[in-house]
Amino acid sequence: MIANYGYKDGSGEYYISIDTDKCIGCAAERACLAACPNEMFEIITDDYDDEVAAIKQSFRRSLAFDCAECKPAAGYASLPCMTACTPGAVKHSW
Amino acid sequence: MADTAGEKKEYWRWQESCWIDESKDWRAAKIVTAGIDVGSVSSQAVVCVDGELYGFNSMRTGNNSPDSARNAIQGVLDKSGMKLEDIKYVVGTGYGRVNVPFAHKAITEIACHARGANYMGGNAVRTILDMGGQDCKAIHCDEKGKVTNFLMNDKCAAGTGRGMEVISDLMQIPIAELGQRSFDVDEEPNAVSSVCVVFAKSEALGLLKAGYTKNKVIAAYCQAMAERVVSLLERIGVEKEFFITGGIAKNPGVVKRIEKILGIQAVQTKIDSQIAGALGAALFGYTLMQKQGASAKAA
Repeated sequence: MIANYGYKDGSGEYYISIDTDKCIGCAAERACLAACPNEMFEIITDDYDDEVAAIKQSFRRSLAFDCAECKPAAGYASLPCMTACTPGAVKHSW
Repeated sequence: MADTAGEKKEYWRWQESCWIDESKDWRAAKIVTAGIDVGSVSSQAVVCVDGELYGFNSMRTGNNSPDSARNAIQGVLDKSGMKLEDIKYVVGTGYGRVNVPFAHKAITEIACHARGANYMGGNAVRTILDMGGQDCKAIHCDEKGKVTNFLMNDKCAAGTGRGMEVISDLMQIPIAELGQRSFDVDEEPNAVSSVCVVFAKSEALGLLKAGYTKNKVIAAYCQAMAERVVSLLERIGVEKEFFITGGIAKNPGVVKRIEKILGIQAVQTKIDSQIAGALGAALFGYTLMQKQGASAKAA
């Protein structure tokens, strides 16, 4: 399942997509949890009883701001969460 | 809706409904389950007997989620002669799903809408658009109604039922009439340019002052709403069959415009589109009860 967390508003689209099929039995030992400096990731049991990563509810409406410090404008060449997720489950839309 | 002095008309107020399938006898059923969808604007209770829709109650959500859940199920209980104890498994869903006091389990409305749409529209349904009271969800599912891709927009009221309620009040036209009246225009107007309900309201006022008829303003708003939700759908990819749930599914002014932009027709159903989430929850309850029964037999 592709879970898109985020929103679209007047300024653009801000979604973090998590491919939960790659998340089940994580080969990166849940590295996303530690990689995000804002600790935005959490492990949940989804509706189909699989343990997968998700974005915490409190961040889902403010991703444009919360992720800003990891974006190229802040000096990053690649996003820490995407780099840490070696199975390639995490993607940003912007 | 009498026009008496001092009485504030509620043009936005939609019809609450309660229905029971008189052809079914719940007392003869092996498994009775219920789904309670406590949404931000409306609450629904659905009762299923042996995995089939038996009855539902759809009403406005109050300021207290547990009370809304109790009131919703009470409507079905009163009409059927059933007691809450007769229901073997209750699943809560929606915005207030964790506040359903008599629920055995809470499941997100995304999974429940997919399951409900699979029942209502058939197992060929792959794309679901849920236009709720204060959010909008685009869902892709498989032939079993299992979610394969979803996105939800609950940050902004644009493209939601609440936005339509605001326009209904502004135009002073009952919400149930908006869709049909949006077609009664000499030419199709451009969509209102703002995606924000607050600014769209200002823009609608400006259009009225510029000489637009009320119907033309409604058409412009319906078009804007359609364009807004289609952009969400395109993000997950639209695949046939396409199904719309939620209160806006009852608004032909929005539905027809969405269909025109996408170039595909939405699957029609006689079942109230607003109950999809609660229906899916009741069906989840049925599956869970079956699994429990199978486990008990095996043990």
